[in-house]
Amino acid sequence: MKGNDNAAPGETQAGGLAARVLRVREFGIVAVLVVFVLVTTSVQHRFLNTTNIQFVLVDTTVFALLALGETMVVVSRNVDLSVGSVLGLSAYLSANLFAQHPNMSIPVVFLAGLGIGLACGIANGLMVAGGRVPSLVVTLATLYIIRGIDILIVGGNEVTASSLPSAFLDIPKSTIIGIPDIALVVAAVIGVGAYYLRTFRSGRDLYAIGSNPEAAQLAGIPVGRRVFTAFTVSGGIAGIAGVLWAAQYGTINSLAGTGYELQVVSAVVVGGVAIFGGSGSVVGAAVGALLLATISSALYVLGISPFWDQAIWGFLLILAIALDQTITERLTNALRLRRTRHV
Amino acid sequence: MSDRLRAALRWETGLAVVVVIILIAGSSASPDFLTGNNLFNLGLSNGEIAIMTLPMTLIVISGEIDLSVASILGMSSSLLGYLWSKGWPMPAVFVFVAVVGVLAGAVNGLLITRLRLPSLAVTIGTLALYRGIATILLGPNTVSTFPTAYTNLGVNAVPFTHNDVTYSTLIFVVLAIIFGVVLHATPVGRSIYAMGASAEAAQFAGIRVKRIKTILYMVSGLVCALAGVLLTFRLDTAVQNNGLGLELDVVAIVLLGGVSIFGGKGSLIGVILAVLAFAGIQNALLLTNFNQEASGIVTGALLLASVFLPIVGRSLKRFAPRSLTPRPLRPQTPAPHSTVAS
Repeated sequence: MKGNDNAAPGETQAGGLAARVLRVREFGIVAVLVVFVLVTTSVQHRFLNTTNIQFVLVDTTVFALLALGETMVVVSRNVDLSVGSVLGLSAYLSANLFAQHPNMSIPVVFLAGLGIGLACGIANGLMVAGGRVPSLVVTLATLYIIRGIDILIVGGNEVTASSLPSAFLDIPKSTIIGIPDIALVVAAVIGVGAYYLRTFRSGRDLYAIGSNPEAAQLAGIPVGRRVFTAFTVSGGIAGIAGVLWAAQYGTINSLAGTGYELQVVSAVVVGGVAIFGGSGSVVGAAVGALLLATISSALYVLGISPFWDQAIWGFLLILAIALDQTITERLTNALRLRRTRHV
Repeated sequence: MSDRLRAALRWETGLAVVVVIILIAGSSASPDFLTGNNLFNLGLSNGEIAIMTLPMTLIVISGEIDLSVASILGMSSSLLGYLWSKGWPMPAVFVFVAVVGVLAGAVNGLLITRLRLPSLAVTIGTLALYRGIATILLGPNTVSTFPTAYTNLGVNAVPFTHNDVTYSTLIFVVLAIIFGVVLHATPVGRSIYAMGASAEAAQFAGIRVKRIKTILYMVSGLVCALAGVLLTFRLDTAVQNNGLGLELDVVAIVLLGGVSIFGGKGSLIGVILAVLAFAGIQNALLLTNFNQEASGIVTGALLLASVFLPIVGRSLKRFAPRSLTPRPLRPQTPAPHSTVAS
């Protein structure tokens, strides 16, 4: 990586190679998804009927949203473990607005969820970027603290579907030509997020920070501000996901979203985002979320006990990390070979 | 070196002060706090977590992390219940559970050292995998038909201790001594610090980094399996979600004990003090009728304190009168590690 002066031809070739490998990476997970769907369908035809597809898509939306925020954070070589707790807090508080004021308008409730999420995200971002403290520790702590606040507020109560307006509960159910509305909206949001991370300077900066924080700092990238933004966005998204979660499940107690952080990190890593930053895409992460939801659904349709879900997730996650590492190492070796040839 | 030693000592002194404050505050808040009966319960309800912090300390100092500890605990609890319900004799069950614990740790260790995968990601994966295996084994069932001779181990006191010391406390003390000696008084212990400070340098210095790390994970697996057996007997219940989420408590305690998440720094004394502080706070909250479920707020706050207090201390030093701190020879460049996560 030193003496870059005459490495220009190698650079372009390496760029092409990197792009190819990145493509292969996402291609890999899409291929896994397709094969999985085909095999499951050949065993059990019900798997590809409209109801089940709708079910899987709606099931994916919350995780795909969370995966979008988490990708921004992970790409910058950080991690946000507090998303599950933020989701839980936002889900209860926003649903409780309906319970208190039955005539509350739905957009206001979404805004409230967004506000709660942003507040949590800003707290995380300030501590990580401002205090220059490892994000693993900070968000581990806020995971506890936010869940604790949730428990203090909720106590033994719960909001039930009967106290929620039917228009709110219908959000996950409404469809356009057979596709759930919220799946379309979430897909659009992910598209915007993917475009932002690929194209905008501040988005590219996150990759630079994740590849090499010191180099990014020396190159004049406002590392602290970018990391702060990533955490704020992740928090805000988790807040909105909480409101969606409430609409989807209807019953919200203090346990909502417990353990989601690990599922989201799994989706992101299975989707090809490197856990130590610098590479991966939002689309990959969303497909990762879709794959996990598909697997749960397939197990259900095939009559395999849902008790197998978690073990299979864990196995897939390890497989994904191992594959990712192999690809990265091969890429590094290829780059090294090219460099020596051109120098 | 002496600087680092002094810093560590300061952190541990601070923790000791915290423990004393908790003792005083606890006993003034509730007259029951310092009774033998309460201390017994305190040891009982925190024994498994305390035991799991010991191998975690060594792993974090070696520069890695193990988030699968609570899942290994859950898996061995399920396995214990499953094999017992299938009519295996208890000694055979013990051996099998121990072997599976060691194997679970070996899988972690081999994936991390041989495939050079990040331990954070690997152990998040095995966290799901091992908990998943626990779920496959028992499903929605619970097993609570263990003979009282064994479940008594979970709730009774060790003989000749005036009913004050639980078996888990005794095991914690014995293991703490062993781990303390290994970490602070043997070449292996020095190697663990060395590889935590720089795995490459340690490798070049002839330390068998991979082998030692793999062994650390295997020991962690074994100890977590033991904790799983203890928890099962204490609750007289084997169920797939035993110990769910405890990994976060364990990591929080280790970091609170002054062990650096980046490896290479920390001491077992600090972690033992952190265990005491943690148990004391949980117990004080219990006695003052604070919502027990929400005690995570305190754990989280302690965790934040453990990373922010040293920073506050450092910046206080920076603003100290100039005569006390020698001027740097060249203008200081911004800190190189700004926002690196582990």
